[in-house]
Amino acid sequence: MNPAPSVIIFTTLSGLGFGLLFWLGLGLPDPSGWVAFGFFFLAYALAVGGLMASALHLGRPERAIKAFSQWRTSWLSREGIAAVATLTLGAIYALGMLFDARIAPLGWLVSLGCGVTIWTTAMIYTQLKTVPRWHHWTTPAVFLSLSAGGGALLANQSVAALALLTIAAVLQVIAWITGDTRLATSGTTMGTATGLGDRGDVRAFLPPHTGSNYLLREFVHVVGRRHAMYLRIIGMILAFGVPLPILAMGLSHLTAGIAVIAHLLGVLCLRWLFFAQAEHVVGLYYGKR
Amino acid sequence: MTQLPPPSQVKLGLVIDLDTCVGCHACVVACKGWNTENYGAPLSDTDPYGADPSGTFLNRVHSYEVTPPDGPAQQVHFPKSCLHCEDAPCVTVCPTGASYKRAEDGIVLVNESACIGCSLCAWACPYGARELDAVEGVMKKCTLCVDRIYNENLPEIDRTPACVRTCPSGARHFGDLGDPDSAVSQLVADRGGIDLMPEQGTKPVNKYLPPRARDADQIDVLAPLLDSVAQDGKGLVAWIDRALSALPKGARG
Repeated sequence: MNPAPSVIIFTTLSGLGFGLLFWLGLGLPDPSGWVAFGFFFLAYALAVGGLMASALHLGRPERAIKAFSQWRTSWLSREGIAAVATLTLGAIYALGMLFDARIAPLGWLVSLGCGVTIWTTAMIYTQLKTVPRWHHWTTPAVFLSLSAGGGALLANQSVAALALLTIAAVLQVIAWITGDTRLATSGTTMGTATGLGDRGDVRAFLPPHTGSNYLLREFVHVVGRRHAMYLRIIGMILAFGVPLPILAMGLSHLTAGIAVIAHLLGVLCLRWLFFAQAEHVVGLYYGKR
Repeated sequence: MTQLPPPSQVKLGLVIDLDTCVGCHACVVACKGWNTENYGAPLSDTDPYGADPSGTFLNRVHSYEVTPPDGPAQQVHFPKSCLHCEDAPCVTVCPTGASYKRAEDGIVLVNESACIGCSLCAWACPYGARELDAVEGVMKKCTLCVDRIYNENLPEIDRTPACVRTCPSGARHFGDLGDPDSAVSQLVADRGGIDLMPEQGTKPVNKYLPPRARDADQIDVLAPLLDSVAQDGKGLVAWIDRALSALPKGARG
């Protein structure tokens, strides 16, 4: 799949923003006044900034409002509704906290909304049978654990961050190990794509067009896969390798800053791989993947 | 609405004969022509005469080589467009309701004025049947020429999709695949028509007729006449053959 910057920035920043809002909703931490303003500002800047970036991905962003209508069937629609509802409730909750009047049940609802938002975001990708690497429980598991872990890091919840980021790292490795073979074991091949597989070996002989096209640009991304191994190592070191020892040693303002920046860059790298390494079955029609 | 309607009685679709298609791309050109000038946003081209031409097409013709375990390789031309699936994943993923399947005849269409160009329907389609237009920013797909097939301003012979109307080899057939007695359904039954990627669970309406089996013992009726080495040379040729064969390693094949 094409690793479009807008979607990578969206899932990374919104993941962190909703992760932070999740912990604020639980009252962990439970600040007031300007400190609360700072925490909520960061959460909203990340979450809303990410959502704005996702609009850049649209061919017709001026019609984005229509995307809230089809929640009955569409995970993208559900995600939009969950995000807006959570951010609206979160704003009311934040206002209470600023004036030292935290409404705990509302906070729990906001936290639940954050979880639902991240889950629905992940389901946009997980639902796609056409991308076998994503069509698996590890996709929402990685999204949720990364968001909760990164949010805990921002919310200064060391123990939770340590535990959740460790879980996220393990889940990410499981996602890679199982995902690397999922296209091959999905049952979809050039043979089934063309219906010619039962009569012999099928080879793409002539492409339908001499230039590139939307399908090849969007679904057959080969450039970055070459360096996938190194990028996996870099992503793991930045997202988990740097923050985890810092968390284990205890946070100061400086070390927390280093941990957060490393984690953010690491998740961007992992998310880039999430798209760049994903194989869409339409590539089979071109003898590619 | 992006909820799929209950399965329709009428299932309009195409039957494509892989045995007959000669790979001339006339259907590609006819499709591009009709759908650029008629229904919806035109199918744009970017840099059409430059170094990196690219464009939106609703129908594309691949060519494959199939090599059976016992027999010569065979070339198969393979036109591919929207299959108007019964369980169309492109419809249910749409967040705006722009992508829909018609309850009356099963045609899958895009309401372009509601499309936000998020590309998710193209991601959900296993067949690459949808392309986001680079100029209009909306999703384009085969309409089964919905503006031809019911168009009473056209002569009756033209009330068929442009690709079918233009196909010079009769490899494309249009009809109601929901009616077991229709000509296209009969064709599918007779020739063992198949679904593409049945494991994806999309239940395509369009069917493909596999190429008929070729004779295994003979590549071509002309093959015996094309023997490259004369085994029964006479006169000068025979003398050269004998003389050269007498040299060390002179007769290799």
